[in-house]
Amino acid sequence: MIAVENLTRYYGAKLALDRVTFQIDRGEAVGLLGLNGAGKSTMLRILTSLMLPSAGRATIDGLDVVQNARAVRARLGYLPDVPPLYGEMTVHHFLMFAAQVRGLEEKESERRVGEVEEMTALSDVREERASHLSHGYRQRLGIAQAIVHRPSVVILDEPTSGLDPAQTVEMRGLIRSLREEHTVLFSSHLLPEVSHVCDRVLILHRGALLGQPKMSDLAAVLGMHAVLVRVRGEGGAARALLSKLEGVHEVEIEQFGDGQTEFRLLLKPDVRPQVARALIEGGFELLRLDRPELDLETVFLRLTGHKAPASGTKHANGDADRPA
Amino acid sequence: MRMVTLIVRRELAAYFRSPLGFIILSTVLLLDGLLFNAYALGAGERRSSSVLMLFFFYSSGTTMVASLVISMRLLAEERQTGSAALLLAAPLREWEIIAGKFLSAWIFLAIITVATVYMPMLIFVNGSVTAGQIVAGYLGLLLLGATAIAIGTLGSTLAPNQIVATLLSSGMLVLLLVLWWVGSVTAPPLSTISVYAALYPKHFPPFMSGVISTANVLYYASATYLFLQLAVRALEARRWY
Repeated sequence: MIAVENLTRYYGAKLALDRVTFQIDRGEAVGLLGLNGAGKSTMLRILTSLMLPSAGRATIDGLDVVQNARAVRARLGYLPDVPPLYGEMTVHHFLMFAAQVRGLEEKESERRVGEVEEMTALSDVREERASHLSHGYRQRLGIAQAIVHRPSVVILDEPTSGLDPAQTVEMRGLIRSLREEHTVLFSSHLLPEVSHVCDRVLILHRGALLGQPKMSDLAAVLGMHAVLVRVRGEGGAARALLSKLEGVHEVEIEQFGDGQTEFRLLLKPDVRPQVARALIEGGFELLRLDRPELDLETVFLRLTGHKAPASGTKHANGDADRPA
Repeated sequence: MRMVTLIVRRELAAYFRSPLGFIILSTVLLLDGLLFNAYALGAGERRSSSVLMLFFFYSSGTTMVASLVISMRLLAEERQTGSAALLLAAPLREWEIIAGKFLSAWIFLAIITVATVYMPMLIFVNGSVTAGQIVAGYLGLLLLGATAIAIGTLGSTLAPNQIVATLLSSGMLVLLLVLWWVGSVTAPPLSTISVYAALYPKHFPPFMSGVISTANVLYYASATYLFLQLAVRALEARRWY
């Protein structure tokens, strides 16, 4: 279990973390989401006791990360943004070293390393040098070293960064499987990764925690309803019509071939019947109207006060987004 | 000590699994051989003990340089490659990390130093020296090397990369060497303190001539301990920034 209370960290006069408070229960998988410079790495470094907080308190399984740093580290598995590997060692020797340096005896290490190699699909490359591995295998090896000592909490910093789509899917599965044995906290700026793997998300912006909604509650957090609408007809006219409707707060537009236009709307309250009626009465052929799962990027950008940088996006108030 | 042993084993293996270890080993042997041939053997007739003293004199220079090169990577390289997080996030004490790193570098230096032993043996072809002088000389080299590696360990702990680590360690080493000169141009008690604190002229030459003095052994041992303690404190302090 991770408990953080009023955690604050300054770099000189610069405030990097501002009285952050949250709790992560045993067996939860929680994403830490934030733009670059939001304070994600600072948070993770404090939790792993690599850095001291300026104020506030953080505990892992009830142990203070400052007062009981060694005991905390024994309960933690940590994968930084760059996997901490020794390139000249083979995968097997490296994992043996990682296990033993975390206190496992040699025989127990042998057994556990075998299990972890199986779990992370590293068995085929166990005699390869770490420096010869592909990026995907290095990330797997990074996760393997983080879990080899059976920590109760696993902290992963951008574990899917730089992976190709196939590797990303594999990594998601691997991270999901960690939830069975470990409490997982991982940071990412690849927003879909968080939604695929997490129960809950901590949204960090300029050092402050903006919210910690469950994935299923995201729409409610916004108080908005995301709706996809597809029509056949002239897109500009349909946008003008939708923008005028009461309850429509945001309109994103995307043109398709065959005269089709798709709109992504944010509604408050749920005015789907009025939207459908207005389009049909306006002479548009309504091809689709449904509620997709709320896109995390939209949530994040709205909560942090940014606007989506997608081209062609128009808002109900007529303002156009500018690329960030 | 189990953790220290683990780190020593890993570090020593790293020296021999990478080209760096062999490059350092061969360079030191080559330089020692050339210096021994040019200045100790090839500079006219000399007493055997003088030849051996000259060998230890030149070897002390290569030992100090080799110590800095060996130690520059100890923590700075790990910080550069990101592997430092493995040790720093493990339940290790800071002194275990520093002791493991230091001992591995010192053992590697000892292997290099012992590999030069064929040179003093060559003196027996046309002369004779005592085993005591050889043992004392090598003990001096190992003690001097230990202090230089401790200085390098501190530099490597403080520096963000290996280049800065080398510059920092070299600066500290040179400072300790020129303290002798400071002692020669100042008045007591500063001159007495400076001469005593200086790394080389007062404490190393007795070893070259075969004299093992407890005071000199203690000097190198305490200087090594001091710099290692500073390295431990520097590693602990990194959590603050």
